[in-house]
Amino acid sequence: MRYGTVDVLNGIDLTAQRGEVIALLGPNGAGKTTTIEILEGFRLSSAGTVRVLGVDPARGDERWRAQIGVVLQSWRDHGRWRVRDLLSHLGDYYAPYATDQIQRPWPVDDLLAAVGLTAHANARVSRLSGGQRRRLDVAVGIVGRPELLFLDEPTVGLDPAARREFHELVHRLADLDHTTILLTTHDLAEAEKLADLIVILANGRIIARGSPDQLSRRLTTDAEIRWTCDGQRHVHATMDATGFLRDLLRDHGDGVQELEVRRANLEDAYLALVHEEETGIRTGRAERVWQQQEENR
Amino acid sequence: MNPKTTALRAGLRRGVIELRSTFTNGQDLWNYFFPTVVLLVAVFFMRGATVPGTDFSLGARTLPSALGMGLLFGGLLGLAQHLVVDREDGTLLRAKAIPNGMLGYLIGKLVLVSSVAMIGLVIQLTPGMFFLDGLRLGDPSAWLTLAWAVPLGLIATLPLGAMIGSLIENPRNMGLLVLPVMGLIAVSGIFYPIDGLPGWLQGAAQVFPLYWLGLGMRSALLPADLAAVEIGGSWRHLEMVAVLGAWAVLGLVLAPVLLRRMARRESGSRVAARREQAMQRVG
Repeated sequence: MRYGTVDVLNGIDLTAQRGEVIALLGPNGAGKTTTIEILEGFRLSSAGTVRVLGVDPARGDERWRAQIGVVLQSWRDHGRWRVRDLLSHLGDYYAPYATDQIQRPWPVDDLLAAVGLTAHANARVSRLSGGQRRRLDVAVGIVGRPELLFLDEPTVGLDPAARREFHELVHRLADLDHTTILLTTHDLAEAEKLADLIVILANGRIIARGSPDQLSRRLTTDAEIRWTCDGQRHVHATMDATGFLRDLLRDHGDGVQELEVRRANLEDAYLALVHEEETGIRTGRAERVWQQQEENR
Repeated sequence: MNPKTTALRAGLRRGVIELRSTFTNGQDLWNYFFPTVVLLVAVFFMRGATVPGTDFSLGARTLPSALGMGLLFGGLLGLAQHLVVDREDGTLLRAKAIPNGMLGYLIGKLVLVSSVAMIGLVIQLTPGMFFLDGLRLGDPSAWLTLAWAVPLGLIATLPLGAMIGSLIENPRNMGLLVLPVMGLIAVSGIFYPIDGLPGWLQGAAQVFPLYWLGLGMRSALLPADLAAVEIGGSWRHLEMVAVLGAWAVLGLVLAPVLLRRMARRESGSRVAARREQAMQRVG
């Protein structure tokens, strides 16, 4: 994928299994939205092969479209509609695409209950709070009982309680309905909580991927060692923390006080990456961290 | 059921639901009645004036002409406005994300916009019954003419509205339309017959649909002998059908192309970019 002469996506190689939740994680400008829009069929890729449910999204027909759910960022659309009217109307389009296995659309009352909007069924959309509005966006995305659901930064602007409810809904969709879910987020904690597979994007490239466990286990960063000796503070960064400590204690013995060894965790590595992206200072440190673990594999 | 048929029906329902909501919305109610208020004020200032060369009330001639103008406003500007606003607020992207959603969306808009235009027409016509003499409101043939001229007017103007709506990306640019439309109103004989204008200007005015929309409405509602003061001394129904039909064909050929192009380009990031723009405008 390129804009002008700048490749914004490069070598994104990604395969999803049925019922899997994949999180595309990365700072702003990493290429998350571009990736998801190509998969949704809303944007053309300049090169490469894309298959979504076996079809090139650029050529996806309406039957293909009916199997896909897209949760869009909310804005002001359909403000005058009542929640129930809107869901029932949008659901109508899916009725011809029901199959023996999948009943389409999702019955409105069940759907309202699933997203927690039963009490607001007759409210006008413009009167919903931010969190309620976001639930409606999710409901619109799943009204056709999609086999594959795209969520682009679904929890932006949600308060912690609404965020938690949303996470529960994602689990329910993946576990009970075997919906395959691809979501983008720039929140590592959210990706860890929701995803079976985390794919970290930076500068339009995948720099790391794996389950949350795999990612943190594979991380081999510098450890930071702090201590005081004779009233003076010292800081030292090293890959071989154990060896350094052995030498330090042998040479200075009781003089070493307030010893602290800290190994960067997944979050530190991710934050270093975000910092690089946002300040524009590409020291390459974050990418080196991820590359090391690829080699160590 | 066939998915396209389903979407068609959903679109009809969509139009009805959106139409219903215009009856409870202050802004929409204002839009229904505002043209009538303007018209009544205009007619008030014309009291005592007559159509040149006759003793027929100029106000009574203005009412049907203004109905024609209302069709242009309703059909062309109305649909264009909806498309521009719906693109900005993400309605169109939602339609794109569901199967055959664009078809349903478009049908819904056509139902909504043409119903609103026709309701507006009836509302503007009503005071005419009480304040103006000479309109043939009791004559069935008047309603017969309206029954084909109004739909023809809408078929000529709606596709143009769809074209303009798909070309304008920023709602602020809707304002660019105001000046040309004002100019067109001035030369199209809405408020005053245009025989006094230079010949080339008369000719230019007759290229555009507005003149014919006004003429069509006049031919329906004014007494037959008023045709004598029109250009060519007749209601020229044949020419009217030809010109409006040509605009309709042009629109129906080009509008789908432009609508498809517009739909193809919609994506979440475009809506987000427009939202940023709108926020800056407000903030």
